[in-house]
Amino acid sequence: MAFMNNARFRALFYQWMAIGVVALVAWSMFATASNNLARHDITTGFSYLSRQAGFVISEAAIAYEPTDTVARALFVGFANTVKVSLLAGLFGTILGLAVGIGRMSRNPLLQRLMLSYVEALRNIPLLLYLLFWYAVIINVLPPVRAALPLAPHVYLSNSGLVIPSISFERGLSIALGAVGLGIISALLIRHIALRRRLSTGTSNHGPLIALLATIAPIGLVLLLGGVTMAIDLPEKGRFRLTGGLQVRPEFVALWFGLALSVSANVAEIVRAGVQAVHKGQWEASMALGLPRRRAMRLVILPQALRLIIPPLTNTYLTVFKNSSLAIAIGYPDLVMVSNTVMNQTGQAMETIAIFMGAYLGLSIAISLIMNWYNKHVALKER
Amino acid sequence: MKGLTLAGCLSAVLGVLATAAIANADTLDTVKQRGKLICGVSLATPGFAAPNDQGRMEGFDADICRAIAAAALGDSDKVEYVPTNINTRFQALQSGEIDVLSRQTTQTYSREASLGLDFAPVVFYDGQGLMVPKSLGVTSAAELKDAAICTLPGTTTAQNLSDFFGKLGSKFELVVFESPDENRAAFFSGRCDAISSDRSDLASIRAVSNKPDDYVVLPETISKEPLAPAVRQNDSNWRDVVSWSVWMLMAAEEKGITKANVDEKLKSDDQEIQRMLGVTDNLGEMLKLDDKWAYNIIKSVGNYGEVFDRALGENTRLAMTRGPNAPWNSGGLLYAPPFR
Repeated sequence: MAFMNNARFRALFYQWMAIGVVALVAWSMFATASNNLARHDITTGFSYLSRQAGFVISEAAIAYEPTDTVARALFVGFANTVKVSLLAGLFGTILGLAVGIGRMSRNPLLQRLMLSYVEALRNIPLLLYLLFWYAVIINVLPPVRAALPLAPHVYLSNSGLVIPSISFERGLSIALGAVGLGIISALLIRHIALRRRLSTGTSNHGPLIALLATIAPIGLVLLLGGVTMAIDLPEKGRFRLTGGLQVRPEFVALWFGLALSVSANVAEIVRAGVQAVHKGQWEASMALGLPRRRAMRLVILPQALRLIIPPLTNTYLTVFKNSSLAIAIGYPDLVMVSNTVMNQTGQAMETIAIFMGAYLGLSIAISLIMNWYNKHVALKER
Repeated sequence: MKGLTLAGCLSAVLGVLATAAIANADTLDTVKQRGKLICGVSLATPGFAAPNDQGRMEGFDADICRAIAAAALGDSDKVEYVPTNINTRFQALQSGEIDVLSRQTTQTYSREASLGLDFAPVVFYDGQGLMVPKSLGVTSAAELKDAAICTLPGTTTAQNLSDFFGKLGSKFELVVFESPDENRAAFFSGRCDAISSDRSDLASIRAVSNKPDDYVVLPETISKEPLAPAVRQNDSNWRDVVSWSVWMLMAAEEKGITKANVDEKLKSDDQEIQRMLGVTDNLGEMLKLDDKWAYNIIKSVGNYGEVFDRALGENTRLAMTRGPNAPWNSGGLLYAPPFR
């Protein structure tokens, strides 16, 4: 047994043993489950995915009809999950950045206010907040028949916000092309302006020209009449406001709740990141004559960013997973749609496996993107 | 030494897995051995299964559990009620966690064919309906074009609405809630114009509102919802016990046997009553039950009519009429096969 004394062999041996045990347990569980299902005459397999779904999903991020397949319905749920998580992550980050910086303000009122904001949001379970926001929306706002007219053709009620929507009748691709052209030329101008500034040391009007370059092509297309748009105005029906763009209260409550929760986490991450930047950096900026605000923006924040990225990844993963709380307030996310599917087909194991796989896949994708970004901004030591 | 512990762990894990297989050959034997019936019921639904202020489970579904316990164990109190979630109710039955599911469950083809369960006779003929606030002035479900409708994620519920409004060519907004409380709250606050569920459930929702008279259940019944208890497949003796306990409730009403007069009826001249109550013929033996099984059911829970009146009838908050849930000879659909 001399080879057992070889450290490298032993390490490999135990690792393979561990993998083997895990695989064996997983296999036995799978075998037992399939065996039991078969013994109880319970149908298994994924053929139900191609059956007609037959139920309505009122809020769909992608086109959907009840006559579409179950797989399509699940995909609608997934798209809804992604939509609300993305928007919550985006707004939560912007808000959190502001709150985090406010938290370090020298103004005691602002600083305390931001502190209580963070503590109030961090210390109460998100689910309670979601139920709270939803209850506020549906109980405080008037019912749809007494909707508040905020502006002409814009109505707010406990059934959500309805605004006129715009659809393209002709020239959608031209418009998209013009917007794309605008963005590309703006990026190019910004790049040239930055290089010129670095080489000459004088500031120029790069940002202004870039802004003009962004709007010029689409403005021109619209002026020349290359695009016809139809405006869909909301109308008062017998029960609801029909037409227009409907922002439903379930979506708003979830978006709002998730974004606030993200903002509290981001605020603390930003504060920790900024405070971790060495005091000498502040002093050096002051010595160069930079005002406090510009020192923060140009010197401290870029360095803090490196420290912020890894914990920020965690926050984004959490918001994505927490979006499954949608089920409590009636937003048709992946879990909600899966539940209806399970109830309809009775094939719980398969459906749960699908939505677990979807969450796992997207979580790993978020991690990969954030890790790539982390590497991108990390100190490059040569 | 390390290798030894690892091997120990491995065999322990395998041992656990080997014994984890579910043993449920004969549910009646299991119930008798255990000394109590484990019955899956709804999460607090007044009229069907909800604890009263003394913590005693009351309602139509709960009384079905009591009748089965009276038949199997001779004591209607030997029941453990397990509240089951709408999504996990079938799994609870399949896995052996409960002996019988008595939970406002609709009997359908695909459930019976693919979920590994068998349905006992229908205990309640229900149908999906819609309830609206009276102030809307709606008199027919067909008027609900473009309305928002609140509902639970039940299979048949969402699909029936799609079918019903699809036929009329009208669209509607569906708002689905996981929890019955949120569903009710959204409807009462006016988030939705209508709420849809089985008519019995609507009566229950209406009963818990602050002003029941402000709400009206629309006349249309948009689906057939025969509610029936369910048992695991491939256990015919247990299925028979559950089925005949249900039929006994119906037969007792037909024969005029009640909780109050069952002792007198023991002396009845009617041959079938004598067979039912175990005075002659020892019918109980055939199902491995006590000869007094039917007597025990009626003595403790009464007949179908008594169960209905106590839980759902006109003098309760749900105030439901018998409708199709009356015996066949008085215009209803309840029809028990003969006891012979």
